[in-house]
Amino acid sequence: MPITKSDVKYIANLARLKLTEKETEYFTGQLSNIIGYVDQLKELDTANIEPTTHAMPIQNVFREDTVKPSLKVEDALKNAPAKEDSLFKVPRIIDGLK
Amino acid sequence: MDLNKHTALQLLKMLDAGQVSAAEILDDVLKRIDAVENKVKAFASIVDRRTLRQKISPSKKGSLRNIPIALKDNLCETGFPTTCSSKILKGFNPPYNATVVEKLVDEGAIFIGKANMDEFAFGSSCETSCYGPTKNPWDLTRIPGGSSGGSAASVAADETIMALGSDTGGSIRQPAALCGVVGLKPTYGRVSRYGLIAFASSLDQIGPITKDVADSALLLTAIAGYDEKDSTSVDIPVPDYCRFLNADIGGLKAGVPKEYFIEGLDKEVEEAIRNAINIFKKMGVKIIDINLPHTKYAVSTYYIIGPAEASSNLARFDGVQYGHRSADAKNIIDMYMNTRSEGFGDEAKRRLMLGTYVLSSGYYDAYYLKALKVRTKIKEDFDKAFSECDFILTPTSPTAAFKIGEKADDPLSMYLSDVYTISANLAGIPAMSIPCGFTQKDLPVGLQILAKAFSEDVIFKAAHAFEINTDFHKRKPAL
Repeated sequence: MPITKSDVKYIANLARLKLTEKETEYFTGQLSNIIGYVDQLKELDTANIEPTTHAMPIQNVFREDTVKPSLKVEDALKNAPAKEDSLFKVPRIIDGLK
Repeated sequence: MDLNKHTALQLLKMLDAGQVSAAEILDDVLKRIDAVENKVKAFASIVDRRTLRQKISPSKKGSLRNIPIALKDNLCETGFPTTCSSKILKGFNPPYNATVVEKLVDEGAIFIGKANMDEFAFGSSCETSCYGPTKNPWDLTRIPGGSSGGSAASVAADETIMALGSDTGGSIRQPAALCGVVGLKPTYGRVSRYGLIAFASSLDQIGPITKDVADSALLLTAIAGYDEKDSTSVDIPVPDYCRFLNADIGGLKAGVPKEYFIEGLDKEVEEAIRNAINIFKKMGVKIIDINLPHTKYAVSTYYIIGPAEASSNLARFDGVQYGHRSADAKNIIDMYMNTRSEGFGDEAKRRLMLGTYVLSSGYYDAYYLKALKVRTKIKEDFDKAFSECDFILTPTSPTAAFKIGEKADDPLSMYLSDVYTISANLAGIPAMSIPCGFTQKDLPVGLQILAKAFSEDVIFKAAHAFEINTDFHKRKPAL
């Protein structure tokens, strides 16, 4: 199924990517080609096939709910683009507040 | 003395016999980097010399004492930048070590630098790196393969003794093939992924890129094993893989899948593979025809599952905790959008959108769920094949190294170059690429050997037997 420019705008927003008009055009063509190719899977009947999410059989791994040593706050903040005290600092989240 | 041209096992013997010192090995590696790195560009960053010299010590113990190793730029090492060759992680200095890094430190290895890669391992050519492409040491106008292109090129150019790469759809094996070195993707779960910056968590696996098969066994022994920090690592005892070298492989059965010898396979590559199969036959291996009927669906399946997992994994690069943050942001959504648009390259954007699309409401069943079901069929193909044979022989890549820029604007044709390597990741099985010939233009060709899950021993037996009967791995590029 061909992907349209409006599809690309929609998924770019979901993926939190801002595209220029030119980029939207460029990616629309490429993504259409790729989706057109992977559409070949539709020819395969998979009605009664179980999906494989992991190649190895894996189970949940549990441990006791006890406190263990972990990253120090200053180490966790070391790479932060902006911080204040022991927190990551980000721009305003709720609009309209002064 | 050109000690940089030796393998780790050779150097360890020389060290133990007192014939060379650790400082001499490091010096030869650094001299080589000085001589060729500006041509090859295998590294994203190189550790400064004073630090490196301080790290060597004659009293080091461990199976890799004082052996220089290059780490792919997606393996976290404290104190050094780890950037996935992406602008969005420029300057990132991990607060913890990957488990493989810890293990190698314990074995006495010296990390000389971070090897260049396709951005976030998205690519088969090393061209999507924010540092620019790595060049193939055999022909500097050609790509080294990817995504672990820097790891493979640094080993091929003798700028390091060994390297680690990561393989999600062929990213260790394809560059190893194109650079004429040995690359192993272990069984999923054999090596801890803790500290490997994730691309597709159900497919990613760390593995060795080395000058020969014996070094591959040595390096896998050092990094394999269960890790409580990676709940997908598997708790099966780790043998000394060097035990499986020098084995007699007469009587073993090798399967050759006809689905791999198809249109698109270069004639010269096919000839080298047929010749390699004959060499196995001469060693007493029984060659049988097998079928892997769902092979033609592997690329489609992978380019749905891989991007889907990547779109989820890479949501964390939002400018909050680390890496690049856009200076231009009025509110938090703006910050996410601008940070990611400025920080990710085109291939990353393409895959993130592809992954988002196949997971999005209305398309999930048609694409993502469908691909998971086809993954089951691909896995079943291998189960059936391994009931008939001990290992499988195929080409690693349909062509030898292509020209830089040749496929850069055609992502689909780039994706199709992974056609032979992807299935092993989808099925979780181990696979190795070893040098098995050269084209007329003197470009290396790789043979892929696949085995059952956790049967790396079979791969080492077969690959080493081939290696001691051939000398393809001994040829060096004229740099």
